[in-house]
Amino acid sequence: MHLIVNHMYYSLLLCVFSYSVASVCNANSNAAGDMSVYGPVVKIHPVVLASIGDSYERRNEGASRVIGTLLGTIDKHSVEVTNCFSVPHNESEDEVAVDMEFAKNMYELHKRVSPSEVIVGWYATGFEITEHSVLIHEYYSREATNPIHLTMDTALQSGKMNIRAYLSAQMGVLGKTVGVMFTPLSVKYKYYDTERIGIDLLERTRDAPNTTNGLTSDLCQVGGAAGRVQDMLATVLTYIEDVLSGKQTADNSVGRYLMDLVNKVPKITAEDFETMLNSNINDLLMVTYLSNLTQAQIALNEKIVVL
Amino acid sequence: MATRKETPSTPTAPMASTSPGATLDSPVKQIQIEGLVVLKMIKHYQEEGQGSEVVQGVLLGLVVEDRLEITNCFPFPQHTEDDADFDEVQYQMEMMRSLRHVNIDHLHVGWYQSTYYGSFVSRALLDSQFSYQHAIEESVVLIYDPIKTARGSLSLKAYRLTPKLMEICKEKDFSAEGLKKALIGFEHMFEEVPIVIKNSHLINVLMWELEEKCTVADKHELLNLSSSNHLEKSLQLLMDRVDDMSQDIVKYNTYSRNLSKQQQQKHQYIQRRQQENAQRQTRGETPLPEEDVSKMFKPPQPPPRMDTLLIAGQINNYCQNVKEFTSQNLGKLFMAEALQGHNS
Repeated sequence: MHLIVNHMYYSLLLCVFSYSVASVCNANSNAAGDMSVYGPVVKIHPVVLASIGDSYERRNEGASRVIGTLLGTIDKHSVEVTNCFSVPHNESEDEVAVDMEFAKNMYELHKRVSPSEVIVGWYATGFEITEHSVLIHEYYSREATNPIHLTMDTALQSGKMNIRAYLSAQMGVLGKTVGVMFTPLSVKYKYYDTERIGIDLLERTRDAPNTTNGLTSDLCQVGGAAGRVQDMLATVLTYIEDVLSGKQTADNSVGRYLMDLVNKVPKITAEDFETMLNSNINDLLMVTYLSNLTQAQIALNEKIVVL
Repeated sequence: MATRKETPSTPTAPMASTSPGATLDSPVKQIQIEGLVVLKMIKHYQEEGQGSEVVQGVLLGLVVEDRLEITNCFPFPQHTEDDADFDEVQYQMEMMRSLRHVNIDHLHVGWYQSTYYGSFVSRALLDSQFSYQHAIEESVVLIYDPIKTARGSLSLKAYRLTPKLMEICKEKDFSAEGLKKALIGFEHMFEEVPIVIKNSHLINVLMWELEEKCTVADKHELLNLSSSNHLEKSLQLLMDRVDDMSQDIVKYNTYSRNLSKQQQQKHQYIQRRQQENAQRQTRGETPLPEEDVSKMFKPPQPPPRMDTLLIAGQINNYCQNVKEFTSQNLGKLFMAEALQGHNS
């Protein structure tokens, strides 16, 4: 990892200071999410990442990166990012122009739908933090207290899509040249239950990237879920057999989990289970019968009226 | 169910455009949705739609041959005050203009709505979809069922009005004769369009990354055996609708009885008139003038049949949902039996 720092005014002291901090951070971490940092935890929802990816794909000709605003809610120890929108901007060697009017407008529009979301920061695609980022960050600090900066490497420069979050901190010698340093924050992903189910479906498209996937019918889904459980059971079984034959050392905690698993299957006497099963099946069959009856009834009713 | 008044914008010329030269009467055969749209809809409901409120939003995309590609969407604010009507159109316009700046497809291709246990066949939906489809030939309404999704698998359906129903809505002729002429049954109101999900390669990369980084465990809601809660609510809604239906039928019956009684009365009156005229003629007096019979006996107002059609469609939908649900649960119960049988 390479923590790039921005300086407004160059100073040797700042340089040395920043290098030492960077090396400490390097020692403490290797990937986002693993750091012991002082600062809020950033929880991102997948819809934000998909949105950023989409705006990157739709960027204007010649733009190497896109930026946008992050919306969400702030907690005591965490910042939850739930929405975002991209903001048009122009970037060249020595100047950067951000359409702030647009950003304000969009925020107003979004606020009408979800009034509880506030600006929590901004995002940029790309791998490095450039000088322009500092300027943009300053603008955002006017909009929100302590904005976070999210970067996503959509061009996959380092082979992975590094998703990082940063907080800006003042540093330097008081009274003299001051600079800004971006301290990294730990990034976690938060899903609503329904989001996770949606992601499960979307994940299926990634196995066959060029084809598309339809939504499956009901019994197929149950079959699919059962298949997944079966796979998991197969993995566990191979592990157990390895341990039994001595190929792998037994791990006590895993053994305890396995005991839990086996004990979880409820011990019901055969007759009790029969009655429970049958009553459930009867309920379901009755409901099916009733709904079929209703459908036939309304179809008949319609035919009679038409007569 | 909260009925919402949605006023979709009457699209001005630049908005309602499809690929030039496309045959506009070829219906849409397939819907292609991007993952981003799915996630946005889920998020919108999750955050703003708790309870039995419906959330709505607009779909953006374009038409490619016979496919409708939906590439983005944005949510609609809830109806809080009544003077927000004007704001809706303005909100929509502004949103689309802003999205155009960032190169997002700004062509209006439909709208989405969340539903509570499948109860979406209503007058409001019909009207909205009709005005959309009238203005933009290929528009669809996406119905997202959050409760079914929470049970384990994404439930998203796309509907369009059948051409027959479009005709009727255009004529605004909802009487029994009108519907009889068009031979519309409740099964021919909506046509469902198959959906496929497509993700761009970048999003696919993102999915791989997320799987690696994220440690959210699978909860397997799909294999959950509990069914009574869901069944109860569905059946409750079904019963309400059936009650509505029976009331409607009673109304229709009284109407037809009144009509036939009136016919009889008319007949009797005419007969009496004729008798009297015959008597007067024999007596040599001038016959009484023929009065306008129809003005005397005003025919009773025929009840509108559209509501019946909608209720029937809704009942059909509920029944379909219940049957799907029971089939899933039966499968699960048999699996549980096998599991127990294995153990004991």
